[in-house]
Amino acid sequence: MKRNLTCIVCPLGCSLEAELSGGEVVSVSGNTCPRGKKYAIEECVNPMRTVTSTVRCQNGSVVAVKTDAAIPKKHMAECMTIINNAVAHLPIRVGDIIIREVFGANIVATQNKE
Amino acid sequence: MYKVAIIGAGVIGAMIARELSKYDIGVCILEKENDVAMGTTRANSAIVHAGFDAIPGSLKARFNVRGSNLMEKVAGELGVKYKKNGSLVIGFNDSDRAVLQELFERGNRNGVKDLELICGERLREIEPNISKSAICALYAPTGAIICPYELTIAAVGNAMDNGADLKLGYEVEKIKKTACGYELISGEKKICAEYVINAAGLHSDKIAAMAGDTSFTITPRRGEYILLDKECGNLIRKTVFRTPSEMGKGILVTPTVDGNLLLGPTSENIDDKEDRSTTAEGFSKIIGEARGNIKEIPLNKAITSFCGLRAVGNTGDFIINSPACGFINVAGIESPGLTSAPAIAEYVVEMLRDMGADLIEKKDFNPHRKPMHYFREASIEEKNEIIKKDRAFGKIICRCEEVTEGEILEALRTNPKARDLDGVKRRTRAQMGRCQGGFCSPHIVRLIARELGIKYEEVTKSGGESKINLRKTKGGERI
Amino acid sequence: MTDLVIIGGGPAGMSAAIAAYEAGIRDILIIERDDSLGGILRQCIHNGFGLHKFGEELTGPEYALRYEERVRKLNIPFKTDTMVLDITPDKVITATNSDEGIFKIEAKAIILAMGCRERPKGALNIPGTRPSGIYSAGTAQKYVNMEGYMPGEEIVILGSGDIGLIMARRMTLEGAKVKLVCELMPYSSGLARNIEQCLNDFDIPLKLSHTVVEIHGKDRVEGVTIARVDDNKKPIKETYEYIPCDTLLLSVGLIPENELTKKLGIKLNNITGGAEVDENRETSLPGVFACGNVLHVHDLVDFVSEEAETAGRAAAEYINGVKASENIVEITTDGNIRYTVPQRISGKNDVNVFFRVGKAARNVKINIYDGEKPILSKKKVRVAPGEMESIAISADIVSRAKSLHFCMEE
Repeated sequence: MKRNLTCIVCPLGCSLEAELSGGEVVSVSGNTCPRGKKYAIEECVNPMRTVTSTVRCQNGSVVAVKTDAAIPKKHMAECMTIINNAVAHLPIRVGDIIIREVFGANIVATQNKE
Repeated sequence: MYKVAIIGAGVIGAMIARELSKYDIGVCILEKENDVAMGTTRANSAIVHAGFDAIPGSLKARFNVRGSNLMEKVAGELGVKYKKNGSLVIGFNDSDRAVLQELFERGNRNGVKDLELICGERLREIEPNISKSAICALYAPTGAIICPYELTIAAVGNAMDNGADLKLGYEVEKIKKTACGYELISGEKKICAEYVINAAGLHSDKIAAMAGDTSFTITPRRGEYILLDKECGNLIRKTVFRTPSEMGKGILVTPTVDGNLLLGPTSENIDDKEDRSTTAEGFSKIIGEARGNIKEIPLNKAITSFCGLRAVGNTGDFIINSPACGFINVAGIESPGLTSAPAIAEYVVEMLRDMGADLIEKKDFNPHRKPMHYFREASIEEKNEIIKKDRAFGKIICRCEEVTEGEILEALRTNPKARDLDGVKRRTRAQMGRCQGGFCSPHIVRLIARELGIKYEEVTKSGGESKINLRKTKGGERI
Repeated sequence: MTDLVIIGGGPAGMSAAIAAYEAGIRDILIIERDDSLGGILRQCIHNGFGLHKFGEELTGPEYALRYEERVRKLNIPFKTDTMVLDITPDKVITATNSDEGIFKIEAKAIILAMGCRERPKGALNIPGTRPSGIYSAGTAQKYVNMEGYMPGEEIVILGSGDIGLIMARRMTLEGAKVKLVCELMPYSSGLARNIEQCLNDFDIPLKLSHTVVEIHGKDRVEGVTIARVDDNKKPIKETYEYIPCDTLLLSVGLIPENELTKKLGIKLNNITGGAEVDENRETSLPGVFACGNVLHVHDLVDFVSEEAETAGRAAAEYINGVKASENIVEITTDGNIRYTVPQRISGKNDVNVFFRVGKAARNVKINIYDGEKPILSKKKVRVAPGEMESIAISADIVSRAKSLHFCMEE
């Protein structure tokens, strides 16, 4: 079975073609770099995404956050629920961990906030 | 109990309120919307007509010429921008020439000063960018331009500063005659007044009917406009009309007092008195005809389009009468209504006097209002003096129109106070420029929430259900 | 007299300042109208920035912070909450803020880095009502990401520019329903990867060759009518479809913000909307440079930073009295290539010329001619109007050419 993908690793957005057999990726074509091949394999087996959002601070404002690594795409909605229910404590420096261990990543701040 | 209640805070209601605030009586203006100038006044051609159009002997003719003569002084007192730019009615052929001759004579009979019939060369001397096919014109040097909602805001503000009350969000639903006057009922609320002035514009027929007068009807006439960037404001100096025909007055092209170029209006009777939608057909009509007036119109410089509704009565003239004791209709005020407003206000005061209202002049009436755009017009030295006293004037919020935080706060604190984004826009020009509020509206929403003491998500574009934000992204109270 | 005044403290302004500093200039002032440095990146909290420049995926605020920290470390002076009101051709800048009021600064050199703004609704003249609930995508981005408020729940997006695509994902993640994205053109102007991860990931339909023909609703948007357009971009009546929604987001293009540039009388390019420049990003007014989105709208901030470094270094040379090259070669393009930046080059150094094509194509050649004579040819597997391309030209080639004509050929 063949699967056509658009690589999201970098802005080039290469059109990839993955050849699957029994749930396994046997070959990838169309990629410009090795990261494209890795993406195609991952995308067919267990697609991963970085999630970015905001967390409420105790003063009512919001602070921008991200998952510090990609998490399984299927868990994005649950990840958002966890982010939506969190409260961050000021002051916050970029890189501070706001929530630990969310589907294999930490939720970290991406901005400073006094 | 008020002496006089005015229903409707359009330019007519506003000018009447201001005229009445000269006297020692209680005056209240009732407006169903969240701000003043929200009906016909909000969107029209913004022209002070010279007065050659109206049929001699009509109310229109009488008040137009008188209003045109009064306007400069009124605008000066209220600090409203007014520019006597003059107007041209251009003709393309011999039959147009005949119509212009007729308008010229009619204007003279109406008492319009300095009218002149001119030909090609003189026309181009006055207005170099006029269409090549225009061969003649009627030139009216007394024609002027003004911003109708600025005039209305200033007039209501001045009336309030002199003691008048303004009730916004007050839609009169029922009128009851009582022994000493009228009860004006809106939901659970009730306001009593000895005299009632019906200046409800598009809805004045409905209001009259509540008082038992069903002698006239008002039809909304849609008029669409296109507004071009200030880059185009210098394209022409005069207001340029086409010669009126059986098809109506046609599309005009005019600079605005704020330096933009305005094209419009279309003219179409509709049924819905709230339907201010623009149409694809309207755009093409405006564009097609405007191109006939002026040599080159850079339509890619359009920054917005909008639609106004004119309140057209079924009598052919303004409807100013008293159908019941203590009740005055000021209805069917279509063009030249804006121009006529100061004269109508004078007249209505005389009507009240004739009805026996006891009008004693206030000793402390202050006819002046601080110009709404005084900061914008100030010199650098004056501005720096203001900034020294109030830091907010050093901070630009609207970058396209260069409006400061200080000006926005003043709009939120000065009578009649702005209560929503559009209210701030009409008073300060913030959000009115090239980006149409893209950058500054979040800042202004914050200022409105703070000044009105409401939640950020309660701020509206123009009252009612026109919220800007619907909820917080994450729960919890914002401090 | 200040050596170098930089107008705008976004990614372009900061990069330019740092590059000028590193080239030896110390008397620098960055003027920023917002309350902190960072520009539009502060509200772009999604990731995907910095791959080219830092080899890692950063979010907008993180990318901006790297430059801000450098500016602070080098002690490069900047004024925030300060708006430039006017510049004269003799480089006198008038600005205002709360502390100093309205003041003037004279500069030896100026770098324009004011960025761009979104094309507003009015420019499109969509028929219908004018209710609340119509926002440019960037305004919605500010409400959601910085203010923490949701401007809508049921959303239709007109235009498939990158900000619109990014906001489709952001608002979906925050609990809104994005019903569809309409794009007037038969192709998207957004990056392919954004269509994938912002629309396809959430099953949001992208309707190409579609537009919004009417807006409905009195106080708040209640719905829009969409339609397919024919080859002349005219809506087809039979395809009208009413979509109930409370919000219309517009992502219909960005316009370089060149009001100040116009006051300087600098020559602007009709297509980019920005100044015409040489490879140093110097405008038609000597000593005035432009970089970043005020010059032409970029897809990637990494290239904004790079371009700004070029401008910063060149401004330093100008201040130090290095004379500009006299030998200037003008670049022209055929109909398939919409524009190039720079528009003229001196041949002093090798240069990278950036360009955008007018239509999507595969397996094309970018050919450069000097008159009739072909002088350079480069293959491109895939080109699209939404993606900026570049081609390197050696100084050697330029110095021998009288003119350079860029063509895209099959």
